[in-house]
Parts: sequence; C-alpha cells; structure tokens
Amino acid sequence: MLKYFIKRLINIIPVLLVVSILAFAFVHLLPGDPARMMAGEDADPATVEMLRQELGLNDPLPVQYFTYMGKVLTGDLGKSLRTDLPVYDEIALRYGPTMYLAMAGLLWSVLIGVFAGAVAAIYSGKWQDYTAMFVSVSGISIPQFWLGLLLIQLFAVYLGWLPVAGYTGKLSELVLPSITLGAMVAAIMARFTLSAFLDVLDEEYISTARAKGVRESIVMWKHAFRNALIPVITMIGLQFGFLLGGSVVVETVFAWPGLGRYMIEAVAVRDYPVLQALLLLYSFHFVFINLVVDMVYAVINPEIRYD
Amino acid sequence: MDETKTTPFGIFWHKFKKRKTAMVAGVFILLLVFTAVFAPWIAPDDPYEVDYALSMEPPSAAHLCGTDVFGRDILSRIIYGARISLAVGLTSVVIGAVVGVALGLISGFFGGFLDGLIMRTSDVLFAFPGILLAIAIVAVLGPGLINVVVAVSVFSMPTFARIVRGSTLTLKESLYVKAAKSTGASRRRIMFVHIMPGTLSGAIVYFTMRIGTSIITASSLSFLGLGAQPPTPEWGAMLAESRDYIGVADHMTLFPGIAIFLTVLFFNLFGDGLRAALDPKVK
Repeated sequence: MLKYFIKRLINIIPVLLVVSILAFAFVHLLPGDPARMMAGEDADPATVEMLRQELGLNDPLPVQYFTYMGKVLTGDLGKSLRTDLPVYDEIALRYGPTMYLAMAGLLWSVLIGVFAGAVAAIYSGKWQDYTAMFVSVSGISIPQFWLGLLLIQLFAVYLGWLPVAGYTGKLSELVLPSITLGAMVAAIMARFTLSAFLDVLDEEYISTARAKGVRESIVMWKHAFRNALIPVITMIGLQFGFLLGGSVVVETVFAWPGLGRYMIEAVAVRDYPVLQALLLLYSFHFVFINLVVDMVYAVINPEIRYD
Repeated sequence: MDETKTTPFGIFWHKFKKRKTAMVAGVFILLLVFTAVFAPWIAPDDPYEVDYALSMEPPSAAHLCGTDVFGRDILSRIIYGARISLAVGLTSVVIGAVVGVALGLISGFFGGFLDGLIMRTSDVLFAFPGILLAIAIVAVLGPGLINVVVAVSVFSMPTFARIVRGSTLTLKESLYVKAAKSTGASRRRIMFVHIMPGTLSGAIVYFTMRIGTSIITASSLSFLGLGAQPPTPEWGAMLAESRDYIGVADHMTLFPGIAIFLTVLFFNLFGDGLRAALDPKVK
C-alpha cells in the first residue's frame, strides 16, 4: 500500500510538469505577439517593447519557463493588465468565496444524492424509486444558469424571501447559489449510487447473507451500502472538480465575487496573466483531488491490485 | 422461441420497446431532429426580423412564446436554435467517444507504458474540467461555436477512456476471459469480442448522458458570451438577453430554458432506456 502511495505521488510530478508547461505555453499559444496583444491594438511600439522586456519575451523559451516557474513558486503571478494589481492578491481575495460556495454545494448534494440513490435501490420498482429517479433525471437535465434564473424569479423577485444576488457574508445569500450549483451533482450522485448499489445487490455475498438469515435492513445498509460506497467515493472527488467548473456559471448568475466570475471577466477583457494564473491554480487543485481520490480508493478497495 | 429475439439486435429491441419513457423520448428526439432540419418551413416567422413595436410582447396567438426585446418571435428563434444545439451536442460527443473508448481499451488491456502515458495524459486533461477547458480554448482561439465543439470533444475523451479502462481491467480478470485465453483465443479476439462489448454498456450510457451535458455546456458558454454570438438564435444566448428583464418579461426566460431542459431531459431518458436494454443482467 505504501509502495503504491509513493508510486502515485511520484506519478503526479510529470503531470504537474505538463500542467505548468501548458499554463506557461498558454500565453505563447495566443495568435500573434503576446506583448502586442497585452498592450492593446493601438499601443505605440515603445510601450510594446517595454512590455516585452518586462515579460522577458526576448529570452529563450526554456529560460522563460524557469523564470516563470521561479516566480510562481515564490507567489509572484504577475500583474493584472486591467487593474495593475498583483494577480496573487486578486486571486486570494476571491478564493474564499468560491471554496465556500463549492463546499456548501458539495455537502448538501452528496448527502441528498447518496441518500436518494440508496433509497431508490432499496425500494427498487416502488414509488420511492420512481420519484427519486424522476427528480434526479430532471436535475441532470436542467441547465444551471436557467435554474438560477428561475430560482431568482421565484424566491427573490416574487416571494422576496431571499436576496437576488450578492455576497456580504450572510447565510441567506448562500442558499440559492449553492442549490443551483449542487443540483446537478446531487442528481448525478443519486443515479450513480443507485447503479453502484444495484451492482452490489447481484453479488454472491448478498445472497449468502440473506440465505443465512441476516435481517434485510442489515443486508441493505451494512453489506450492500458499504460496498456500494466504494465507487461512490471516487465519484465525489470527480464531482468536486465539476463544482469548481460550475461555479463559473453560478457565480456569474448570482454576482458572486469568486474565481469563476473573475475568470469570465478576465476572458472578456483579455487579461492574460490572470487567466494563466487561474488555469494553473485550477489544474493543481484537480491533480491533487485525483491523487486523493486514488489513494482513498486504494485504502477502501482491497480487491484492486496495484502492481 | 420468437425468432426476432435471438439476434443481438432482436434482444435489444425487445427489451428497449418495453421502456415506454425511452420510446417517448426517442420519438421526441426524432421530432426535434425533424424540426431542426426543416426549421425554415416550420418556423412561423423570421428569427432575425426586428420589430421594436412588438418589443417584449407576452405570448399570444400571433406569437405563441411571445417576443424578445427586439420584437423577434421567440418560438421561431427556438426552432432555429434546435439546429445549433443538436449539431454541437452530437458532433462533439461522437468525436470524444470514438477517441476515448479506443484509448481506454488500449490502456486497460495492454497496461504498462501505454497505460501510463494515456492515463497521465487524461489526468492532465482532467486537470482542465469541462467548462474551464472550454473557456481556456475560447480565450486562445476567440469566441465561437466551432471552438466550443473542439473543447467539449476534448474534455469528453478522458472520461470515456477512464470508464472503459476501468471495466477492461475488471473484465480482464473475469473467469470467462480467462477461459477464452485458455482455449487459445488471440489477443485481438479477446480485446474486441470478449472485453469490448462488456465495456460498452458503461460507455453508451455515458455517451447519451454526454450529449445532454454537451448541449448544456455549449449553451452555458453562449450564456456567458463565449459561444454563439448575437443575433444567433442560440438558446443560451437568448437566456443571456433575458437576464435583465426578470420580473418584467418572464416569458423570455421561460421558453428558451424549457427548450434546453426538455431536449437534454429526453436525451437522458433515451440513454436510460438504452442502458437497460443493453444490460445483459436486465431481462
């Protein structure tokens, strides 16, 4: 097991390397001269040349990469072209709100999704099953931004129970965005749990447990549910990535001051240092989430051999 | 025994037609395809015709879904929008699935260096999840639907590869594959005849769900202003235009959203039916 962990840890080094090269290359992938792009269409040649010097664009590419990584590792992510403030500070400001929203979305959606999926499996073919799966398939099919708009329409504009949008730290502001963000994940978790659960119910140890007279509720919750959770846990990790991606849309709909909305603003004004930093930051998050998921999977599933 | 139930397709069809919701969904999808293809003949109005005198009219006999800010007929715009959503959804998923399934099969079956290479690459792709990858590509290539298709295809691949690799690993250890090996079946035969069909049920369920997700992703990007550009009658772009009129002209938010929701819903229901019909365990 320890050997597998070490191997897996070593494995992420090339991934991080590739990710960092991609993020570095991002500016160079832009069509045309990056300095000219950043300076704007009508900048005079002197300004462009100054920017080129400042960005080190005259150095050979490998030198540029190592300079870039050296800066990244010391927390220097460059300056935002729009505000001229350090990108690091801009991101630090928005990191909390995004994580707060994503965690809230993940928490309720996993709890409800896994529970609904388990109920659907246990009451397979009964009304509980049909209801859970109808709600779940609707949840997968509804576009987040539309759900957000509908919730605003109903609960904020017509009923006036909750704020339309914004972020001042009140819990009431978290309700609509986190429901919008988590709806699809809850639905995915419900479906996934159901199918994992049904797979487990076909196993021989379930028949054995029933045959030796174990009570049905114990068969379901102890034998079946615990084994069904193995693939489900993998899924939770992947869904966290999905939530961070979804936050781009949800933050835009609800004017939530997080990384997702910041990214859209940066695309709109072509603020490339910001985009570069965000890509790097998101990538590192997902690489580590995958790592943790794999390790947890190895711990809970002794069946899989890693050799 | 009924002869039609002995061929693989016969068995599949016999099981599939028992799923009423999936059948209904299939019919709806066919209708949608028909609508998309014959949009110019079906749409009551020109989707681009601006008429400020008719700005934000609620639904009426003349305009069943009402009109938007520019007085354009929303129903006609939704009908034309079906073309865009279907084309984007199908193209991107087909590309993603073909490449992803092949990679997953190779990865799981051969293991070793190839496995490492494919899985590390897919780890890197995983590092740029769906919509974020699309946004990055749009930032480089510029906004537009073609770039959205490219991005959605690329981000579908690793999931297909992972699903297929996972079931390939399990099936490789299964008794019937070992039995096939012991009878001297070739590697190619084991890979394509014994293992691949077992991995496909997972991939097909994902495929149909993926069409829905791709349509949602594409319309999300248009909603964010990165995909289809105005005045294109794209469903997400239409919702973006409606945002500022919540509480003033709610029909503008309602109908394009229903179009996306129902389209994706029916693709998902159809996928569920396919899954059940393809699962050998389901009678």
